[in-house]
Amino acid sequence: MIPFRFYNAVRGFATKLDKIGNLVKQNKVVVFMKGIPEEPKCGFSNAVVQILRMHNVNYDAHDVLQDEELRQGIKDYTNWPTIPQVFINGEFVGGCDILLEMHRNGELVQELQKVGIKSGFVEKEEKKEEKPKE
Amino acid sequence: MPYSESYIKNKLIEGLNASHVEVIDQSDGCGAKFSVVVVSDAFEGKPLLQRHRLVNALLEEELKTIHAFSQKTLTPEQWEKQKS
Repeated sequence: MIPFRFYNAVRGFATKLDKIGNLVKQNKVVVFMKGIPEEPKCGFSNAVVQILRMHNVNYDAHDVLQDEELRQGIKDYTNWPTIPQVFINGEFVGGCDILLEMHRNGELVQELQKVGIKSGFVEKEEKKEEKPKE
Repeated sequence: MPYSESYIKNKLIEGLNASHVEVIDQSDGCGAKFSVVVVSDAFEGKPLLQRHRLVNALLEEELKTIHAFSQKTLTPEQWEKQKS
């Protein structure tokens, strides 16, 4: 027979991951970070917030500093050791370094486009190009 | 436990057969904040997420105590391009 405590631990683990599985699908872009977008508590989380702001993206942000279970849970869910973590369309995209690189090489604009988000970063660039014609 | 730049560097060179590794300790010596550049054939044909996963897996134990870690993962070809 499975000892009760062990059974409970396994069940707790499963519910936690189910909960996160739902969270990451609640918006097209979902971020797990330290602090909140208005007040990030870590440079890496701040970098992600700044990048998404440049692209004018509407997203869900979850503060892992407010919830120790969430902080560990998200690491278990993605098998990724660090925060922040970015999801697009329920899929794990990466941490700060990856998002920054995707911003630099244009991949982020494409990924956002795939889920029907027009990047504000592109709009700004387009306006710049239009201006000389006027 | 604090880690040294050379400890991290050696581990990356051995684990990923890296041709070039730069490790910068940004923690003022406390050994818990690092920035790394890794150049390896092992990254060939792999998307960025998979490359970072290779590095994360290799430093699994260390990342439990390192509280800030930044990485750049390049193939030898990309590294040559970036240098020039």
